[in-house]
Amino acid sequence: MGLVTPNWQVPILIYKLRGEELSIRILTFKGGTHPPHSKKATEGLAIERANEPKVVVIPMQQHIGAPCEPIVQVGDEVKVGQKIGEAKGFVSSPVHSGVSGKVTAIEPRLYSGGTAVTCIVIESDMKNTISDDITPKGSLSDLSAEDIKNIIKEAGIVGMGGAAFPTHVKLTPPPDKKVDTVILNGAECEPYLTSDHRLMLEHPEEVVFGLQALMKVLGVKKGYIGIETNKPDAIEKIFEMAKGIEGIEVVALKTKYPQGAEKQLIHACTNREVPSGGLPADAGVVVNNVGTAAAVAKAIMTGMPLIERIVTVTGQGVNNPGNLMVKIGTSFREVIEQCGGLKGKTGKVIAGGPMMGITQFSLDVPVIKGTSGILVLTEEEARLPEPTNCIRCGKCVEACPINLMPVNLSAYSLANKHEQAEALNAMDCIECGACSFVCPAKRPLVESIRVSKREILARRKKAQSK
Amino acid sequence: MGGKELENTKFLVSSSPHIRSGETTQRIMLDVIIALMPALFAGVFNFGFGVLTLTITAVIFSVAAEAAMQKILGKPITVNDLSAVVTGILIAFNVPATLPLWIIAVGSVFAIVIAKHCFGGLGYNFINPALAGRAMLLASWPVRMTNWVAPGVDAVSSATPLAIYKWGFQEASAAGQAIPSLWNLFIGNIGGCIGETSALALLIGGAYLLYRKVINPRIPVAYIATVAVFSFLFGGFDPFSMIYHILAGGLFLGAIFMATDYSTSPISEKGQIIFGVGCGFLTSVIRFFGGYPEGVSYSILLMNVATPLIDKYTMPRKFGEVKKSA
Repeated sequence: MGLVTPNWQVPILIYKLRGEELSIRILTFKGGTHPPHSKKATEGLAIERANEPKVVVIPMQQHIGAPCEPIVQVGDEVKVGQKIGEAKGFVSSPVHSGVSGKVTAIEPRLYSGGTAVTCIVIESDMKNTISDDITPKGSLSDLSAEDIKNIIKEAGIVGMGGAAFPTHVKLTPPPDKKVDTVILNGAECEPYLTSDHRLMLEHPEEVVFGLQALMKVLGVKKGYIGIETNKPDAIEKIFEMAKGIEGIEVVALKTKYPQGAEKQLIHACTNREVPSGGLPADAGVVVNNVGTAAAVAKAIMTGMPLIERIVTVTGQGVNNPGNLMVKIGTSFREVIEQCGGLKGKTGKVIAGGPMMGITQFSLDVPVIKGTSGILVLTEEEARLPEPTNCIRCGKCVEACPINLMPVNLSAYSLANKHEQAEALNAMDCIECGACSFVCPAKRPLVESIRVSKREILARRKKAQSK
Repeated sequence: MGGKELENTKFLVSSSPHIRSGETTQRIMLDVIIALMPALFAGVFNFGFGVLTLTITAVIFSVAAEAAMQKILGKPITVNDLSAVVTGILIAFNVPATLPLWIIAVGSVFAIVIAKHCFGGLGYNFINPALAGRAMLLASWPVRMTNWVAPGVDAVSSATPLAIYKWGFQEASAAGQAIPSLWNLFIGNIGGCIGETSALALLIGGAYLLYRKVINPRIPVAYIATVAVFSFLFGGFDPFSMIYHILAGGLFLGAIFMATDYSTSPISEKGQIIFGVGCGFLTSVIRFFGGYPEGVSYSILLMNVATPLIDKYTMPRKFGEVKKSA
């Protein structure tokens, strides 16, 4: 059941809702930091449907695991919701077309991960004819756990928080692990991003329904929905929606980065520590993003697989920031153009948030299942700081949510002493970037630890193959 | 707005995170300088404007030594990080107001060139440069470094409170030395180094550093509390002795501004507490059983040397580490 250690929780917070006093626990973790939220620009903007894309480029690998195999050919007609890529292997997830039209190419294209992967290019006929097999799947009580898991698998649902781990795999813990809790992650601790916030405000029923479905698949009685305190309206909405449903507790999470990191969230909610090198299931928990739960709900309620997602388009570098419902495969260029285009001198275009997002060198990459945001920083904001001598202030140590010593890890990494970095637990680093954020000397801490992790993995692989 | 073709201009590509906090080394050093100002005012108030001349001399020679050293070593000149300014002020705070200017200049150059840059510069020195400078001066010019005067315009020679304690209160009274009251110890109306006498001014600076999160309370609190405990024990369970030893001498200056020096103190929480307790114990032992009346500088220097060892054995328990079952 993992390790149980005390956490740092403030016992009770009272929210007033229509004169009724609600007591909601405020929970958190040790360490972390407080980057500016930068959510003001979009948190008050309702989700808008993006313009229909004329062309979509759908990568066969949008998830962690084996890439899909295309099951259509150039020239084929496809419909909305039709499966176009079949999962290869267990840790994989199928992909579907979000438009109706004609397949014009199947070829390697650049995607937001930074490399080229096989993509299916579909020219839309702008009719959006829906595939015949898209039908509601019935109510939760009529479906068995296995049915629901199958629906999730066939709908191509992956973690929507950014990592894009296939959800059905998460829902299949090894038989020796006893899972008793599902946690929905509504922390959205990345600055700038507001897609989960808007989802919880506008579609709380999908989130709660999704959680119930996930709990049924795993046969667990306890479900949490954790939301950071900088989203009080979302806490209220979800609380109201989940009221009276047995086993579901809405908890407020202190606004602190990285509150939404899986291990930190589990510790905050359950007091359990995921053992080093282990999985959440080792602590008896499965964590899913609120967006994932909503996708599950949609797949069950309408039968529509995962073909679109909410994307926060924001930053000083775009003219009209917003939260858009975008079809998978729409190019960043098109999405940004709809938001009034780029403003001023562009410095960085980031897929995801500013703490863990990936910088893009081209706007011709498609929105994929894991694209929670498109953040554009101006040249001024994106200027790389000049690192100076480490003054050993220890702020990185205080910020590290895993209790590592980034200062020492980084020193070993920069000296190419990756074995020593490994001895100091480099592999436990979750790459949240809190250390680099707080460093007054602007040293590349997480950046260098990442290098060490790759080196260590490469060496382990080499040792295994011998 | 809109319509404009989006060109693939050159975007910057880098590893995350893409935002950094506004905190800089320079800002931290500036905070330390601000925190030292109340004690500087107290020094000027007690010992006259000569204090200002001494402090400025120490700062000028520290900064110049740093710039020269970096120039000679072909390194980028980083005097605008203000760390040398801090060292200069701290050296001045650790000498008597009567010290000739040329001696403090020598101390400043020694601190920067030998204690700091010979070991790699900012962040690499293993002992506190200002304390190393003071130790060198004390060894080289012991008489001039202990030429204490009482506060006030007349510059009357006076023993420091700790010297009076070592001498014995009765003997000191018999020799015409007034026993300082605890209140005078607190506000700094006593003989001693420029920056160490006013516990009040140093506490104000310390509160500012805590508020700005430049330091955390672990080292100062552990240090001062340990001195309190041992002064009580060694002083024959006398509460007066305890408070006297906390307020007299360089304890507040040392605990708040010198023992908390980043480069030369441990990084982990546990290590910082061990470091503070070690400083406190050594200070008490030197004060009560050693040859000198005061032991703050040497105890911090000794604990500086122990810092790598402390760091090695106080690594924090990583998240999710499973305890080895016995």
